[in-house]
This record gives sequence, structure tokens and C-alpha cells, in this order.
Amino acid sequence: MRHILSLLLENESGALSRVAGLFSARGYNIESLTVAPTEDPSLSRMTIVTSGSDDIIEQITKQLNKLIDVVKVVDLTEGNHIERELMLVKVRASGKDRDEMKRISDIFRGRILDVTDKTYTIELTGTGSKLDAFIEALDKTAILETVRTGASGIGRGDRILKL
Amino acid sequence: MELTEGQLAELTGAEIVSRCLAEEKVKFVFGYPGGAVLPIYDELGKQDKVKHILVRHEQAAVHAADAYSRCTNEVGVALVTSGPGVTNAISGIATAYMDSVPMVVITGQVPTHAIGQDAFQEVDTVGITRPCVKHNILVKNAADIAPSIKKAFYLASTGRPGPVVVDIPKDITIDKTNYFYPKTVELRSYNLVTKGHSGQIRKAVDLVLNARRPMIYTGGGIIWGNASDLLAQLVRSLGYPCTNTLMGLGGYPATDPLFLGMLGMHGTYEANMAMQNCDVLLAIGARFDDRVIGNPAHFAQEARKIIHIDVDPSSISKRVKVDIPVVGDVSEVLKELLAQIGEMKRKPDPVALKAWWSQISEWRSRDCLRYENSDQVIKPQSVVEGVYELTKNKETYVTSDVGQHQMWAAQFYKFDHPRRWINSGGLGTMGVGLPYAMGAQFAHPDATVVCITGEASIQMCIQELSTAKQYRLPLKIINLNNRYLGMVRQWQEFFHGNRYSESYMDALPDFVKLAESYGHIGMKIEKPSDVLPALEEGFARKDDLVFMDFLTDQKENVYPMIPGGKGLSEMILV
Ligand SMILES: Cc1ncc(C[n+]2csc(CCOP(=O)(O)OP(=O)(O)O)c2C)c(N)n1
Repeated sequence: MRHILSLLLENESGALSRVAGLFSARGYNIESLTVAPTEDPSLSRMTIVTSGSDDIIEQITKQLNKLIDVVKVVDLTEGNHIERELMLVKVRASGKDRDEMKRISDIFRGRILDVTDKTYTIELTGTGSKLDAFIEALDKTAILETVRTGASGIGRGDRILKL
Repeated sequence: MELTEGQLAELTGAEIVSRCLAEEKVKFVFGYPGGAVLPIYDELGKQDKVKHILVRHEQAAVHAADAYSRCTNEVGVALVTSGPGVTNAISGIATAYMDSVPMVVITGQVPTHAIGQDAFQEVDTVGITRPCVKHNILVKNAADIAPSIKKAFYLASTGRPGPVVVDIPKDITIDKTNYFYPKTVELRSYNLVTKGHSGQIRKAVDLVLNARRPMIYTGGGIIWGNASDLLAQLVRSLGYPCTNTLMGLGGYPATDPLFLGMLGMHGTYEANMAMQNCDVLLAIGARFDDRVIGNPAHFAQEARKIIHIDVDPSSISKRVKVDIPVVGDVSEVLKELLAQIGEMKRKPDPVALKAWWSQISEWRSRDCLRYENSDQVIKPQSVVEGVYELTKNKETYVTSDVGQHQMWAAQFYKFDHPRRWINSGGLGTMGVGLPYAMGAQFAHPDATVVCITGEASIQMCIQELSTAKQYRLPLKIINLNNRYLGMVRQWQEFFHGNRYSESYMDALPDFVKLAESYGHIGMKIEKPSDVLPALEEGFARKDDLVFMDFLTDQKENVYPMIPGGKGLSEMILV
């Protein structure tokens, strides 16, 4: 099962490598990992998308908690949550395809951030599967470059991950 | 300059390191100098609170500090230089990490401005040690030295203990700053659980008292948690059988009739059978590792309820699903468990318990450790038995290396007290025996310290005979010399068609001359009838290091044995 783990960790230089090292050393899956400082600059917020049986997720959570730099860990998938990822796609947009490209982008609520006479650079946010669907909808040969941030997650309603 | 506690003064980073160690009441630092730590060495040389022990290889410094921790209740300290000093220390650090040894390792680092430049003797110490430490810290400026060292001692010794590395660049040991040693450490990300959950403990008590075929299985956690007296109280009040892991030996007195011996790959038949067939298992400070329960799927074939008490939540339900987890300091939890049992009027069912003990007696009567003594060739087991008989009534610390000799030591030396048995259980590091013995002798100068080793293992840190000479450590080295990498040979005999690929030790040194060349006493013992007289003679030399080289049966095997991947009840027996 896919899980989204949210972490608060000390904003220190070694913290990210401790988390990444844990996943590789113990053979845990890591689909994506995003991290940035929070409004409190001494803390970073990390979102890890991983997968595994309940036992493995339990171990991952315990092992993460054991790292001295990790302050808190929650499994967002245990409750209602919001998940968002940002993607930038550079596509071929010339000739008759140019209008079609704009149309597809609009359907997915994409924003065109940069334009040349041959390309569009489209920004898209959404769940991972929405971004996947957008890629699917495009003609493969039209895709010049894609870059994705990996998912960030937050609990819905009153669920708060804070110190 | 004399400072009272809490007073500020401008000191160099190196002075601060030395003062911090004194503040932590460190008696010994095991180390080896080099460029990056010269300012620290300069300071250590100017004071006499902390005694530096010069080893001959950094691996040995860390092992000695590790043993010092194991056989005291203190944090061992090692000090090494940058680069090769650190890489040499890695085996020691990883060994300590696997066995949860509280330890602080101070490493020199190239100056801050040179970090990342591939400077001379630069290695990414924090990176290279990350997977084998509880935590590590690269100190970036002199003002951070004292708080970092304080934090290191605190982390190393609390919760599930472990080694902590403090990496200190050379320039900041020369920089001056205000010195203040913090009294406490606040870490928002490190919450210690001490007391166990009362509700969970109540459930545990209920299960324990209702057991018909109970078993108590304990590991290193009892030793680290200083809980052996509480364990003895619990086991005796219930009259339940108890087994210890290799790391847990001495946690429960081995000569007590309720003790079933060590369990696991080379555990006793009765301990392994009782473990497999019990209906309620109380696991305390142990982690169900692969050398202990063998194949977890096979272990799960028998239905039983498991209660697991451990300070580290990640040890619980890692390899074996647990019914009642209790996270907490084992001493605290045992106290509450005993109190709750005391409040209950209920006693375990005597009829069921009697039937269970008669089953255990039947298993015991297999006499799984028996071996045939010989008058032709020295049986290694008989040497360990001889050592035990000679030393059992004295305060004795036994260290060992890795291999068959280690297992015979664990099986045949009966440890009645905690912290007397010092060996590398988790990592299985050959070479620990001699430096471990040094650490133990520094900690207990008047005690007898025995190193039971093999001719291959002892050669991995043999240079420490020189350290032992320098500090006049009267160690007793029992070399069970079978001219084979015995444990490797045994596996080749059992699982690789007797093809002894690279397991024969050719070109061995003359250990007697070797010991003598270091200024020690060497003895070579070849006949079974000489074993006891030789041991008596060797142990009588109170002030000397005596290296006793016993030429033992080359093909003796360790029994029982659970082959890798097999279950607890699938032992190969004699
Ligand atoms: C550093 C290290 N290298 C390799 C091994 C694998 N190993 C385990 S036991 C053993 C043989 C040990 O031989 P010896 O010290 O003579 O002891 P014996 O088994 O003969 O009693 C070896 C090579 C190890 N445990 N540690």
C-alpha cells in the first residue's frame, strides 16, 4: 500500500542524509521525497511517499522516530489528507499542434509559464495521478522535458502536524 | 586556571575538549594521536584527571572503550585522528553500535576551511559513520564543542544506548571561546520513554500468570538496563524457566536451576525447545534476531502469546509479531510488573507448571553439551571448563573473539553476574578479544581478566600485546588453537561437502616466542593431562600477561547447531 509520511525534522545539514540513508540501508521503498524549511526556520517539513505492508510502514515510522534529528512523524494516509505535486513540462508546440497543446493544458488547469515559437512550458499541480494522466494525454513525441517535485501532503480539517 | 563550575573563561577548543571529558568524569580515553588531534593531545598531556591510554591501532582503541562501557556502567571514550584514524575506528564503532554500547568517539577533522577539498587525511566522518552510530555531530565552531560533547554523552547513555561520534575540525580546537559546560540537554526530538504503560503491563501480568508453559527470554537489555536483580526476583517468584541470549549471559545466574542455558544457533536443546513450545513468552530486552530464533516462519508455526518489553520501539514486532508490547526502561517496567504481580492474589497453575518442568527435564536429559574427553588430544571445551573452575569464585571478566571458541566460552563458562561476559554478538567482529580484555582490566584493575580466543581471531589485533605491556595488564589469554578458522571449517563440513576452502591457518607464529618478544609469558600446552596444571600455573602469575596456547582437537564441532534458515527445534545434535 502507498503511504504518505509527513515529518518535522531539525533543519540541520545532516538530517536529510540520515533519512535518505535509513531508507536505502533498510531497503525501504521511496517513491518521492520533498523537503523545505517551515515558517520556523529551525524546522524542516518533509513528505515521503513510500509503499509497503502495514508491518513495513510501522517499522519505517519507528525507525524514522529513532533518528535523533526527526522531531515528529505522521502517516497522512491514516486519515483524510490533501496531496499536491507540482510539475513543469516543456512540450513541442508548433504548427497545428500548438492550439491542441493549449487546449489539453487548459483541460488539466495547466498554466503556460514560458513560450517560444516552438515550445510551451506548462505548470501543473495536482495529485500524482492527475499529473500522470496529463502525461498520458500528451503525444509522447511532443514531450521535451518534464520535472516533478514529488508530493507534499497535509492533513485535512483540524489535523495539524506541529510542535 | 582553576575554574568553578558554571564560570566563564576564554579557552581554546582543545582545552574545552579536555575539560568536558573531566566534567563527564571520564577516567580513561583510549586513543591514538595524529595531525588533526594534536592540539587535543597537547591539552590531555597537561592534565591528570583523564588518563589517556595509547593503543597500537585505532580499532583497538574503540574496542577497549567499548569493553570499558560493557563492564562498568560508564560511557567509554575513544579519541582518534582524522582520515585513516577514523577508517581504522569503523570496525570498533560498528561493533559497539550492533551491541548498543554507550560510547563517545571523538574524531579529529581537517580544518573547517579545508573540508571538502580532499585535504590530506580528510574523510567524511559524519557520512562514513552515519549507518553505524546512534548519532554523530560535526562541530562547526569552538563555541559548539561543549554543547556537542554534552549532547553526545547524553545520547550515548540514555534510551537504547549506542555510540556517538563527535567530529572536531583542527582549527576550532585552536580557536578560543567562552567555556561553559551545560548541565542539561534539551532535545525536542528525543523523548525518552522510561515507565511502561500500566495498562499494557496489567495485560502482561494476566498472561504471565495464566501461562501453562511459560518461558522468560532475556537479552542485552537486562545488562544495559541494570535489571538483573529484578529479573532474578521475577523468575524466582514465578518459578518459570529462563534463558539468555549470547548478549544477555550473566543477566540471570547460569548456575541457577531455573536457567536453561543460552538459546539460539548454538543454544541448548532445552532452551530452544522450551522457546519453541512455550505458550506464553516473556521477552525482555532482547530482539528476536536471526541467530536467536532462526527462521521466523518456523517460529510462528507454534501458537504462543508474546509479551515484549524493550526500550526501543523499533525492536518490537520487527522480526516476530508481538501480542503485548511494553515500551520502557526494562528496570522500570520490571518494577511495576513485580508490583502488579504482588498485588494479585493469583499464583501460576502449579499442576501445569509441574508438567512443563517435567517436559523441560526430559529435554535437559539429552545433555546436549556433552562431549567425549580424550587423553590424546585437548578438547577445547575442557579448557573452558578448567578456566571456569579456576576462576568461578573470583571476580572474573571473560572476553572472547568470534568463532567456535566464543561459543564454547558462552556454553561452558557459567556467568552468574552481569557485565562479566564481553563479546561481539551483533557484528561478530574477530579481533575484539584482546582489546576487550584491556578495556576490562583498566576498568577492574584487581580482577582476573581472561580472553578466550582462537589463533585466527587473536591475530587480528595481536599488536595490542604491546599496549598490554606498556600498561602492565596481567591478562590471561587462552588461545584455543585448532589451526583452523574453526567456525568456517565447521560450516564447510556441514554445508559445503567437507571442502575446506581457505579455512586452514598455515604458517602460524610460535605464540610462545611471540608473547615473549612483547615481554610477556608464553606457554604451549599440547597434552590433555597438562591442561589443568598449565592453567593453574598461568593463573598463578598474578602480575604477568600469560599467553596460553592450547593445541586443541582440530575437528571438534560446536553442538547443538541450528543451520541457517532453520527453526529452533531443528537442531543438529551430537
Ligand atoms: C573480522 C571478521 N572476519 C571474518 C569473520 C568470519 N569468521 C567467523 S568465525 C571465523 C573463524 C575464526 O577462527 P578462530 O579465531 O581461529 O576461531 P575458531 O572458530 O577456530 O575457534 C571467521 C573467519 C568474522 N567473524 N570477523
